[in-house]
Amino acid sequence: MPEGLREFLAMGGYWPYVWPSFAIALGIMLWLLLASLGEARRSQRLLAELRALRSEPGEGGDAT
Amino acid sequence: MHRFANPARFARLSARALPWAWAVAGLALGSGLVGGLLLAPADYQQGDSVRIMFVHVPSAWMAMFVYAFMAAASAVGLIWRHALADIAAKAAAPLGAGFTFAALATGSLWGQPMWGTWWVWDARLTSVLVLFFLYLGYIALWQAIEDPGKAARAAAILALVGVVNLPIIKFSVDWWNTLHQPASVLRLAGPTIHSSMLWPLLLMAVGFKAYFVAVLLLRMHAELNWRRIRALRLTAGESTDSSHGFATLPAERASL
Repeated sequence: MPEGLREFLAMGGYWPYVWPSFAIALGIMLWLLLASLGEARRSQRLLAELRALRSEPGEGGDAT
Repeated sequence: MHRFANPARFARLSARALPWAWAVAGLALGSGLVGGLLLAPADYQQGDSVRIMFVHVPSAWMAMFVYAFMAAASAVGLIWRHALADIAAKAAAPLGAGFTFAALATGSLWGQPMWGTWWVWDARLTSVLVLFFLYLGYIALWQAIEDPGKAARAAAILALVGVVNLPIIKFSVDWWNTLHQPASVLRLAGPTIHSSMLWPLLLMAVGFKAYFVAVLLLRMHAELNWRRIRALRLTAGESTDSSHGFATLPAERASL
C-alpha cells in the first residue's frame, strides 16, 4: 500500500472512530433511501395492478 | 375525488423537484466528503478525530430540523385537516429517527477518544436520546392506529408536545454543565470554526438537507399510493359486484 494511502486510512490513529462514524451515518442514509425506493416501487406496482383489475382510468404518470 | 386534486399536483411538482434534489445531494455530499476527509486540516487539539464532525454535526442539525418540520406539518394537518401535511409528517419521521441515531452513534464514537467515555447522562446527550424516543413513539403511534385520520391526529399531538424538547437540546450546552462543546457555527456572534473546516461542513449540511428533500418526496409518493390502494379497496369492499375486493395481488404477495 502506498505510504500516502496508509496514512490517510490511519487517520492519525483515530481510524477505529473516524471510519465507523462515516459508515454509520452514510450507511443509515443509504439504507433509508433503498427502503423508500422499494416502498415507492412496490406501492406503484400494486396500485397499477388494482387499477388494471378495476379498469379505473389512471391519474396519469406518477412521479417515481 | 377532489381530495386527490392536490396530491395530483404534488406528484407533478415532486417529479420536477426530485432530479434537482438528487443532483444537489450528490454534488454537495461528494465535494463535502472530499473537503472533510482530504482537504480540511486535522484539528490542533483533536487531530484527525475532528473529521467525525463532518457527519456528526449535519446529522444532529437534521435530527432537530426534521423534527421541527414534522411538528410544523403536524400542526398544519391538525388545524387545516390537510391530508398532504399529515403524509409529509409521517414520511419525515423515519428519516428524522435515522439522523438522530446517526448523531448519537457518531457522537459516541467521537466522545470515546476525546472525552474518554462513550456516553454521559448530561443534558445534551440525554435530550437527544429523548428526541430519538419521540421519533420512535411517533412512528409506533402511526402503526398502532389503523384509521389514517385518527392516527394522524394522535401522532400530530405527540409531535407537537415533543417540540418542547427542541429548545432544550439547542440550549442544553449553555444551561447546564456538560462535556459537549458549545455551538461553534450557529451562534449570534458568527462561527468560531476556521473556514477550511467550515466549508466542507456546510457542504455536508446542504447535502444532508437535499437528501432529506429527495427521500421525503419519495416516501410521500409511496404513502399517497398506499392511500389510493386503501381507497380503491374500501370502495370495492362496499360494492356488491366485486368478486376480488380483497384478493391478494402478485405484487402484494411479493412484499409479504
